[in-house]
Amino acid sequence: MIDLSIEKKLKVYQGKQVLKISHQFVPGSITKVYGPSGAGKTTLLKIIAGLVSPEKGKIVVDNQTWLDTGSNINLPPQKRMPGFVFQDYALFPNMTVLAHLQYATTDTEWIKRLLFLGKLDTLTDHKPIYLSGGQQQRLAILRALAIKPKLVLMDEPFSALDPDMKTELIADLKLVFKELAATILIVSHNPQELEGLADGELYIP
Amino acid sequence: MDLSPIWLTLKLAAITTSLLFIVGLPIAWWLSRGRSFLKTIVEAVITMPLVLPPSVLGFYLLLAFSPQHGLGKWLQDTFDTQFVFSFKGLVLASFIYSMPFMTGPIKSALQQLPVSLAQASYTLGKTPWQTFKSVLVPNIKPSLLTAIVLTLAHTLGEFGVVLMIGGNIPGVTRVASIAVYDSVERMDYAAANTYSLILFCITFVMVISVFVFNKYQAKSPLE
Repeated sequence: MIDLSIEKKLKVYQGKQVLKISHQFVPGSITKVYGPSGAGKTTLLKIIAGLVSPEKGKIVVDNQTWLDTGSNINLPPQKRMPGFVFQDYALFPNMTVLAHLQYATTDTEWIKRLLFLGKLDTLTDHKPIYLSGGQQQRLAILRALAIKPKLVLMDEPFSALDPDMKTELIADLKLVFKELAATILIVSHNPQELEGLADGELYIP
Repeated sequence: MDLSPIWLTLKLAAITTSLLFIVGLPIAWWLSRGRSFLKTIVEAVITMPLVLPPSVLGFYLLLAFSPQHGLGKWLQDTFDTQFVFSFKGLVLASFIYSMPFMTGPIKSALQQLPVSLAQASYTLGKTPWQTFKSVLVPNIKPSLLTAIVLTLAHTLGEFGVVLMIGGNIPGVTRVASIAVYDSVERMDYAAANTYSLILFCITFVMVISVFVFNKYQAKSPLE
């Protein structure tokens, strides 16, 4: 179970807004996180990952406290190790497709499987600049899954994929998520996009 | 024709640039990560040689390291070492004087990298050092080269600060820029021209190399 209760001031144009969320995520569930632009969806994912600190809050994952501002506990991202898919992909320009996955894991069988799943097995020696937007996005997803995370945080992970590729990838990802027994949070602007994938939702006003 | 000033200059430039690369890279990284009052002060001190007249910097270094008093006396008494009018002094002065040419381009390049690159590395379980070595540094190669060449070129051309702390001792502190001045003083225009031409050619080749290399590297979307 993931118990989350956080409060974070967001800097917005002309004033301040507070991101205040209390939610429980069932293990193995896939939650769609949605809401208007600037509501704090990305910030929420980064707080869970340990990349941004809230003013107040507590995050407990499987009985392990990741964050407790009252007790000054704040595990770094290296100890939380969520699979994180960044909205801007955050691919490393100096690394090839294969190098991205090898940087994340030494499990060669897992790497092979991921490359096949993301249909990047023929592009292993390509650097991000030589990949299309959709291929880059798939690589970002594969890199996040390479560490076999128990929690996957995805920020608009399917925005650059064509409808056919999206349907196929989502079907494959469902199986991987189940195999990893991972809890998934997916930020999406498009409420229809995750139909049939998400089994819960969190609206951020 | 005495070519020792040229060799001395190249030796000084190579040592200074190597030292500055080792020290400047982590300093630039530290400066690029967030802001604080301490960082502002450190950055201001590093940047001072850009605006301060070289003779002023040289004068204060001369005072600070004079073996008659203060730090210079302590170094002389404790380690039996003297910076004034020695090659070590030239290295020290060049190190301080050229520091902003090494840290400036590297710091700017690191700041221009998307924050998410380092964040992505952290979520993969990598330490800040692993991230720096495997993700950040390889993606700022053109700026590293620019910093190295700028530092080298700047060290080759130092005059005021080097003259103040090192003087004009043949084979010890008489670098090429001082040899040019000295030759002109002696009305030996031929020697001045030879030294100047060699310096001109070396720096021209260095600057051209940077342009060629960075043009090739500019295929990366981050540069």
